[in-house]
Amino acid sequence: MPPVKGAANTPGEAVKPDPFVSTTNACKMCKPLGAALAFMGIEGCVPFLHGSQGCATYMRRYVISHFREPVDIASSALGEKQAIHGGGPNLKLGLLNVMKKYGATAIGVATTCLTETIGDDVSMLVKEFKKEFGDLPLPEIVHVSTPSYGGTQAEGFQAALRAVVDQLATDEAKSTQVNVLSNFVSCEDIRHLKDLFEDFGLNAAILPDYSERLDGPALEDYVKIAPGGTPVARIRAMGGARATIEFGRVLDPEKSAGGLLAERFSVPLHSLGLPVGLRECDAFFGVLEEISGRPLPRRHELARGRLVDAYVDGHKYLSGKTAVVYGEEDLVVAMCAFLSEIGVKPVLAASGGQSGRLAGAVSAVTADILREPPEVREGVDFYEIAARARELSPDLVIGNSKGYRVLGRELDIPLIRVGFPIHDRFGAQRVLHLGYAGTQRLFDQIVNAVIEKKQADSDVGYGYI
Amino acid sequence: MKPVIFEQRKDQIKRKREGDEFTIACNRDSLAGAVSQRACVFCGSRVVLYPIADAVHLVHGPIGCAAYTWDIRGALSSGPELHRLSFSTDLREKDVIFGGEKKLEAALNELIDRHRPNAAFVYSTCIVGIIGDDVQAVCKRVAAAKGIPVIPVQSEGFKGNKRAGYEAACKAMMQLVGSGDTSGIPPLSINILGDFNLAGEIWIIKEYYERMGVNVVATITGDGRVADLARCHGAALNVVQCSGATMDLAKMMKDKYGIPFIRASYFGIEDMSKALYDVARFFKDKDPVAPGVPGIMERTGALVREELAELLPKLAAMKKDLAGKKAAVYVGGAFKAFSLVKCFRHLGMSVAVVGSQTGTEEDYKELAAITDEGTIIVDDANPLELSQFIKEMDVDIFVGGVKERPIAYKLGVGFCDHNHERKEALEGFKGMYNFALEVHRTVMSPVWRFTPRRRGSIAAGSGATANAAEEAAS
Ligand code: SF4
Ligand code: SF4
Repeated sequence: MPPVKGAANTPGEAVKPDPFVSTTNACKMCKPLGAALAFMGIEGCVPFLHGSQGCATYMRRYVISHFREPVDIASSALGEKQAIHGGGPNLKLGLLNVMKKYGATAIGVATTCLTETIGDDVSMLVKEFKKEFGDLPLPEIVHVSTPSYGGTQAEGFQAALRAVVDQLATDEAKSTQVNVLSNFVSCEDIRHLKDLFEDFGLNAAILPDYSERLDGPALEDYVKIAPGGTPVARIRAMGGARATIEFGRVLDPEKSAGGLLAERFSVPLHSLGLPVGLRECDAFFGVLEEISGRPLPRRHELARGRLVDAYVDGHKYLSGKTAVVYGEEDLVVAMCAFLSEIGVKPVLAASGGQSGRLAGAVSAVTADILREPPEVREGVDFYEIAARARELSPDLVIGNSKGYRVLGRELDIPLIRVGFPIHDRFGAQRVLHLGYAGTQRLFDQIVNAVIEKKQADSDVGYGYI
Repeated sequence: MKPVIFEQRKDQIKRKREGDEFTIACNRDSLAGAVSQRACVFCGSRVVLYPIADAVHLVHGPIGCAAYTWDIRGALSSGPELHRLSFSTDLREKDVIFGGEKKLEAALNELIDRHRPNAAFVYSTCIVGIIGDDVQAVCKRVAAAKGIPVIPVQSEGFKGNKRAGYEAACKAMMQLVGSGDTSGIPPLSINILGDFNLAGEIWIIKEYYERMGVNVVATITGDGRVADLARCHGAALNVVQCSGATMDLAKMMKDKYGIPFIRASYFGIEDMSKALYDVARFFKDKDPVAPGVPGIMERTGALVREELAELLPKLAAMKKDLAGKKAAVYVGGAFKAFSLVKCFRHLGMSVAVVGSQTGTEEDYKELAAITDEGTIIVDDANPLELSQFIKEMDVDIFVGGVKERPIAYKLGVGFCDHNHERKEALEGFKGMYNFALEVHRTVMSPVWRFTPRRRGSIAAGSGATANAAEEAAS
């Protein structure tokens, strides 16, 4: 049995890893990747990584194999000389090239470990750039600091959103707009959210909205910047919106975009968990009812009813089963909330992230059902998750594709793929997680995985289960 | 759409004109803001060394560089699989400020104790180059303590492009070469260099050589082993595939051990056959001749004939459908591009666009020599350019890697993955068949009839479906 870092914890309390020595098969990615994806969700925006070429190319490759769409992330392509003398000239040249060739109306600049360490002052460089080329029609340029040695893709994603809101939003005009900060969810999730808000007659500004850019239709021509995305005008209007809904129980309002809007412009903030599972969805729909002043539309009432019906129909297959959940912290929390209510006990909730808030959030969403919260491990890698999973021998594994070889295959346990990245299945961008509808799909998938496993493991060959 | 060629890149894009002296700019740093398809020095090193399956590959840096290279390539191993794990020192803020040497040493000790590898490679990434960790010293210490080679790979991402990474990898491997016992290596022996055993390809190639009576001492680096590298200087010949990746190692081995090398490509009929005949020719006089037993040239001839007798009829059936279709090729190494041009000719197709990430001036000259008039030749391209070329030349298929795939698909054009992520063997005679099959399947797919750009413009009413010709072929 290989050693597991961190001592056994009291349930519900995060295990503080020992002084870290090595990582094997990270359960996280790096900060600028999250930022780049957030920027992809802005209309006309090209993400731009200020660093050496490799980071941008690697991230593109990684994101492309999940979404199967063109993902153009520009880079300032720093070489040795710039790494020593500063990356300013390359950043400016790069911005100019992206502006001219892509016709970007917005550029989202994220720093990398390299440019953070050499100490480039991007804010100042962008100011200089705007001054130098003030005679040209300039795009919006937003920038965010995303040194990866200080966080994961989830934090990069949130940092970018906060930076965008910080640098663009105003409260010059009041509007009926509801700001929706939907977290790092799938394209299908974003589309579903749009429908939901429409059904409540709400004017939602979803940020970021990469639902079209990263899952676009076949078009007549190759477009440099795919259509879709949150219009900059709607981001500007966020300061004057009537409310903000922000998903993510691990999110710290002091560091989130929603928190900034509340603090600076007094936009009321509804901080919710990702709406997965009945209770988290109910909370969300409750807020929609409250903001819109309308009762739950019948089609959603029906969807909710069907979900409860399915819970009942399927409960015997699931009752007493256990699961290991891993991935981005907010998604892990959402999955724990959902699993606990369908009778599947999450026995391990793990993430490469280290917000310090995971354990509390998992406890909060499972407290009224589970006798004791699952074991929570922050800042872990797949080596540790697998080691613990071997001891816990769960019935299910729930997380992204990265756990397949070390968990699903080795332990011969069904892996329910959620989140990012999903590299070994088709249709990742169309996985629906959110709302009653998303919960329904996940539920069906989980029940079917259990049935399939039972079928595969039996010598009888049941054709009727 | 406005012109998409960056002014600064104009001399990196050329069209082949008969009679013109061909020149092109290359081996430059990528242009800022151009969304290059290239990666970095680290990427080059990682590509080359990664398939050494019984070594720990520790990426010294923040997590991203390791996370994005975790088991994304299809290099198979017949034994240990350490290479498929992603090890990193996962540097944090504190390490960046105070230096990462302590952590590196602890990580190495931990991983070596845990996995008992036969060697460890430590890749320096950008940050390490900036904070100035003395990786060399740490490696030396750990090597002494653990009794295995611990080899630093100087692969700081910003210190050049992918080619520089190849060189760093070769330098690292050279530290192993020569440290093992060479006794028992027969005179007809080679090392296979520059093949990564994607989808088990090296096993196909190795089998050919062995059928010819040639012993393979080391496969570098596909299905690679530390001990094989240590004794590979006992081989009589190095056979180097691909223009870039391991050429430096072959040169170093020639300088130090006097081992000659020849270049090879295992893609397509001509190049595959040539790779076998060249080796046969090299050993012709060393082959022990026994009366009545065919010599190595005859053995090789028989092998090639046998393989072709099986392959050619299968290709012929597919060729009927593919005749006159056009391809675009954008790959990492230029050498592979040569082979692809020839492969497509065998299928009755032409290559209208061809480019690479790391070609040299000579590579591109050679490309110009073997391509048709008007072919676009490009160095270090980006999505905007590639999409423009595909449209302008109206190609039917694009050969590249994962990053190129969505460009083709968005334009309603077929695609063949010929990069490190492929899961189908494309080398050897068997690989040529797989390649043809894949090209045929995608080009003949009915889906292109429905894409907006090409609706109605192709294959309408030709009646050929992918299945018909393939049935005839099998
Ligand atoms: S940090 Fe440097 S070594 Fe790592 S991926 Fe980026 S460019 Fe390559
Ligand atoms: S250097 Fe930093 S930003 Fe670049 S890939 Fe590595 S972790 Fe990510």
